[in-house]
Amino acid sequence: MATPYIGASIKRKEDYRFLTGAGNYTDDVALPGQTHAHFVRSPHAHAKIKSIKKDKALKAPGVVAIFTGDDLAGAKVNGLPCGWLITDVNGQPMKEPPHPCLAQGKARYVGDHVAIVIAETYPQARDAAELVKVDYEELPAVVRAAEARKNGAPVVHDIAPDNTCYVWGLGDRAAVDKAFSGAAHVTTLEFLNNRLVPNAIEPRAANATYSRADDSYTLYVANQNPHVERLLMTAFVLGLPEHKVRVVAPDVGGGFGSKIYLYAEDVVCTWASKQINRPVKWTADRSESFVSDAHGRDHVTRAELALDREGRFLAMRVTTTANMGAYLSTFASCIPTILYATLLAGQYTTPVIYAEVTAVFTNTAPVDAYRGAGRPEATYVVERLVETAAREMKMSPAEIRRRNFIKTFPYQTPVALLYDTGNYEATLAEALKIADVAGFQGRRADAARRGKLRGLGYSCYIEACGIAPSNVAGALGARAGLFEAGEVRVHPTGKVTVFTGSHSHGQGHETTFGQVVADRLGIPMEDIDIVHGDTGKILFGMGTYGSRSIAVGGTAIVKAVDKIVAKGKKIAAHLMEAAEADIEFKDGAFVVRGTDKKKAFAEVSLAAYVPHNYPLDKLEPGLNENAFYDPANFTFPAGSHICEVEVDPDTGTVNIVNFTAVDDFGKIINPMIVEGQVHGGLTQGIGQALTESCHYDKESGQLVTGSYLDYCMPRADDVPTFKVGTKETPCTHNPLGVKGCGEAGAIGAPAAVMNALTDALGVRDIEMPATPQRIWRACQESKMKKAA
Amino acid sequence: MTVKVSLTVNGKPASAEVEERTLLVNFIRDSLRLTGTHVGCDTAQCGACTIHMNGRAVKSCNMLAMQAEGADLVTIEGIAKADGTLHPMQEAFRQHHGLQCGFCTPGMVMSAIDLVKNFPDPSEELIREQLDGNLCRCTGYHNIVKAIKAASQTMRS
Repeated sequence: MATPYIGASIKRKEDYRFLTGAGNYTDDVALPGQTHAHFVRSPHAHAKIKSIKKDKALKAPGVVAIFTGDDLAGAKVNGLPCGWLITDVNGQPMKEPPHPCLAQGKARYVGDHVAIVIAETYPQARDAAELVKVDYEELPAVVRAAEARKNGAPVVHDIAPDNTCYVWGLGDRAAVDKAFSGAAHVTTLEFLNNRLVPNAIEPRAANATYSRADDSYTLYVANQNPHVERLLMTAFVLGLPEHKVRVVAPDVGGGFGSKIYLYAEDVVCTWASKQINRPVKWTADRSESFVSDAHGRDHVTRAELALDREGRFLAMRVTTTANMGAYLSTFASCIPTILYATLLAGQYTTPVIYAEVTAVFTNTAPVDAYRGAGRPEATYVVERLVETAAREMKMSPAEIRRRNFIKTFPYQTPVALLYDTGNYEATLAEALKIADVAGFQGRRADAARRGKLRGLGYSCYIEACGIAPSNVAGALGARAGLFEAGEVRVHPTGKVTVFTGSHSHGQGHETTFGQVVADRLGIPMEDIDIVHGDTGKILFGMGTYGSRSIAVGGTAIVKAVDKIVAKGKKIAAHLMEAAEADIEFKDGAFVVRGTDKKKAFAEVSLAAYVPHNYPLDKLEPGLNENAFYDPANFTFPAGSHICEVEVDPDTGTVNIVNFTAVDDFGKIINPMIVEGQVHGGLTQGIGQALTESCHYDKESGQLVTGSYLDYCMPRADDVPTFKVGTKETPCTHNPLGVKGCGEAGAIGAPAAVMNALTDALGVRDIEMPATPQRIWRACQESKMKKAA
Repeated sequence: MTVKVSLTVNGKPASAEVEERTLLVNFIRDSLRLTGTHVGCDTAQCGACTIHMNGRAVKSCNMLAMQAEGADLVTIEGIAKADGTLHPMQEAFRQHHGLQCGFCTPGMVMSAIDLVKNFPDPSEELIREQLDGNLCRCTGYHNIVKAIKAASQTMRS
């Protein structure tokens, strides 16, 4: 009998500490001799820094030290690196301007870090920061992607006089142009994919300490990948020996991408902790998070779909300008390219696709991965085009999709990806059923009687999770590996500690990974602890982003467990005087096949650590294995979302009356956790569609939406109770058959909502976020059109 | 200028000398080292700092510590029984997966307990409306709403 863990909605191990206030987040860490830091930030979008006077601030109560860009330059502290090199259409490397940890000569966005003030208490640091006198000479600023390349636009970096980081292309342009020239129908859309602020509820934080005893550092930081943080910081920025730096990412209060990156604040606190020989703690307040966290999205796109008379897709052509912000954040360059254009095939057999992406610098905060990272933008392009084409050709949106679905696997897309498996018709059919699409016309008529407008919208998304393999990613410009590491340490009594390079910041790895190991070893989950987030404990790790944890991190653990079982068989064979080949491992015991002779898992582990009766001549004692896993391919979760909205044309308010998501995540370890991931993703996707927008003033470059009073986060009454379902086609190239589920909701939802809304309003397009004002205006315009 | 603030927290007397401008949430977190109460914003919008003061849910970032002089406070650390048994609201959050990263959770639970006190049998719609002062970025609220509904039943019986 197999242990019943995989596939069960086991309640989470981590919940007790979170529910009783016993979580340990970075800001909760208080170290002996603690000092507190506040950063002086540029109030201007673009300015020359003529001088910085800190003498008055240094005399303020409690001030310990103040450092500026000059201090860092003097100490040979490098700038922040970008982790992905994009090669442009002419074979030239992208422009990589220096990204100093404290501004050198110029500030390039509102919030750019100019100085650090360290004091005994946080209020003292903040007060003293007011006394740091920075003499700025304001310069004109450019904040919008569409304007960065115009003649006469302010130049953000001298090395990129046209503000262009790269112009990059993917696909067969000539074949696409040819297909368009012979098409029966062409659908064209132009739109913005609105800039978003990730807004994990725990603000970023760092607390660094230096030990003179052994010349080592420890950095506590709200981060999704502590080993990557350490590698980038030691090898590229501070030039420190890697083994002298420990990075701990304890409980982390949400990430959504924004805590992947190496940020200047982390580096400066670490460096300063040695200068003053005391721990330095910095925690962002929300206003700082808004101006200094890496943002997401911000694309301007023109997209065209060519179709034949029967609605079959012939070709797709996409031109996108992506806003990088003022500097290249850690993975900024690969988001609108490798993680965007490669997804433009969606779930369809479109034979030829060409995408051209221009990445530009502007005087705004850096833009990088935010939940979905390129894939929501791609899905928005594909699914808005497909739905619009269906309407133009008077086909049902379900039928046009079915007609173009990929049906045989593996499938090589024209934009580099090889889908291993999927069943798109199954997820769509299930979604149609759950959403009661058959009854929609009746509901629409009923709404009309009440003076309301109902609409229905679809989104059939594909996601590529767990970027891999490392050598292919390297050939595409990645400057890091994309494997994961795991270690399984069996203690003498048979209890198990598992160390994973994945990081949980809400995903529940302590539970999900525990279920995997419990099933594989046939022991109770209570006997297993999952440890993550500490370079001092874990052998290595690439961390958590891109929905990779279960597919990559989980597989590394499975491989290590399998090594434990293999060694256990050798030990058991010796103990039971049987041939190793006759030993099988079943339900937590090593059994001599065909006999009743067996040794429990704990008996074998005890023998490994008390090796009195043990083949010491052939086998090392101990039971501890690790594994690195580099996947053969991405995984390809996919699904169908159907959104039904009701609009009040008099007020422009929109109510999501029904949202159905049917996803194929391959094998599911914990359905409760997976559904929770879907709900959260959907809400962020609905937020993008209806409420959230990060807005910089065009003239001043000021961030206008810099607080929760201005940036509209979805609240409980903005979203519905979701209807979710799953279909399962197991991934073909990892042992668990898993695909990943973290980003699916955020990827699929925006297009579903906007397709529903445009259906309700009878308009071709409406800009995201579709606020009541925009909707009301659209209602008035269509009224006027009808009257005319 | 510093001022001595004395009050009751989770049934025990507590006091500390703080600057007059110290916010109640910083008094709780830094002076009393009760770090379960969190800070997620600086505009009293996110609700991560919600505690109970004299039996009412309040945002502890939105008042000075000295305004709580003599008050009876309960924080997330004081909700479970002494033997570790969770409060029905905490238990419902666990049963219904009403939390992910855990950062908004303490404030969410404190608000939810107050909600059920004021509305013993809340509808889903009312729960969503009443949760307006608490932001969660992970759960999409779906399971939080379910948890509060379930807890309201347990707390009634």
